[in-house]
Amino acid sequence: MSELPKARVATTSLAGCFGCHMAILDMDERLIDLMSHVEIDRSPLTDIKRFTRRCDIGIIEGGCCNEENVHVLQDFRKNCDVLIGIGQCAIMGGLPAMRNAIMHSDEPLRECLEEAYITGRNIRNKTHNVPNDPALPLLLDQVYPCSQVVKMDVQIPGCAPEGDLIYDTLAKLLAGRFRGFEPDRVRFD
Amino acid sequence: MSGFTFTIDGAEISAEEGQTIMEAADAAGVYIPRLCDHEGLRHQGGCRVCTVKANGRSASSCTEPAAPGLAVESETPHINKLRRDLVEMLFHEGNHLCPICEASGNCELQAMAYRLDMTEPTKFPYLEPCRAVDASHPDIALDTNRCISCGRCIRASQDVDGKGIFGYVGRGIHRHVAVNAPALSDTDATVADFAISPEVCPVGCIIRKRQGFERPIGEREFDKAVIGAEIERKRDE
Repeated sequence: MSELPKARVATTSLAGCFGCHMAILDMDERLIDLMSHVEIDRSPLTDIKRFTRRCDIGIIEGGCCNEENVHVLQDFRKNCDVLIGIGQCAIMGGLPAMRNAIMHSDEPLRECLEEAYITGRNIRNKTHNVPNDPALPLLLDQVYPCSQVVKMDVQIPGCAPEGDLIYDTLAKLLAGRFRGFEPDRVRFD
Repeated sequence: MSGFTFTIDGAEISAEEGQTIMEAADAAGVYIPRLCDHEGLRHQGGCRVCTVKANGRSASSCTEPAAPGLAVESETPHINKLRRDLVEMLFHEGNHLCPICEASGNCELQAMAYRLDMTEPTKFPYLEPCRAVDASHPDIALDTNRCISCGRCIRASQDVDGKGIFGYVGRGIHRHVAVNAPALSDTDATVADFAISPEVCPVGCIIRKRQGFERPIGEREFDKAVIGAEIERKRDE
């Protein structure tokens, strides 16, 4: 494998907590081994903001809660051969998706924002407004899983997935041997 | 004719007159996935996760009687795909957020998704219904976002506890489990009821207050073994 050109990998965190990127670091010293086969392109880990060229693998953490998330995800789909969703937020919306079904509300997004910025207890928001700076990305009506926005190729379940599972999946994908997960290693939490 | 044999995926299984396919399979150490069936409760055949092909016809193995010479198919790619789709639709029909659920790790729905390899990008929409939480009872809470309408609590309460606290209401997709009173605190439900015990609700809908997240990650029921392993172990012995 070492004779082959290095695979290019890009990563991003959309509506996630960066926990899945921390889980990537949980590969520990195997990262050194992995880095002999992989070069990291656009990623928060390298602080590269735009694709320098086409990538073999794109790793997506988080679902889509605003328009910027959608643009980034579409950009990844356009520039990556294989798109991997990592963690429950990318797979099914995760914790941010709790705002989709706030109980007994016809306008869950409005209710969520009003409680967070105006009506909730212990709030010290002197403006009494929901933030509306034009620089803020527009929120979507709902939080969407990545697979409802673009075609996803592989999903690594977990919140966050274990470093071992991420390493094994990436190693198998790079070797062209990925055939799914063992049932006793799948976790949704 | 008291004892006879039939086959599941080609393996010979002994059965007694009056046993269902699933009862005979369990005794022989062959696990057939199931959600609405539970030991000690009458069979319902509602969730259809235990669907098998019996002589080529689809049937729920928890209600279908075993018969001499019956050829049952269970662990085939086709049937497991049907089961996986059913489980996935249950996930999408309610609000199942495993990372925040106190049943996670002990949840049969989640464990069934692991066993049936529900890891591919989904094809189904999320219905994300608005459902109520009933926290009126001092010791018990109901988070119906997680209910899969298996009806195990209904049968446990009616048949074992003799109380009838729960029942089905509505029809079609609107059919759901409801409390047989304005709120749970208006019933005579107690944490000592079989219907309220952790083994009856397969998901995190019936919650015993002040007991959440008792077992740490790594020590929960399905952290240790895949669902059904207990039955499959009988075969090895």
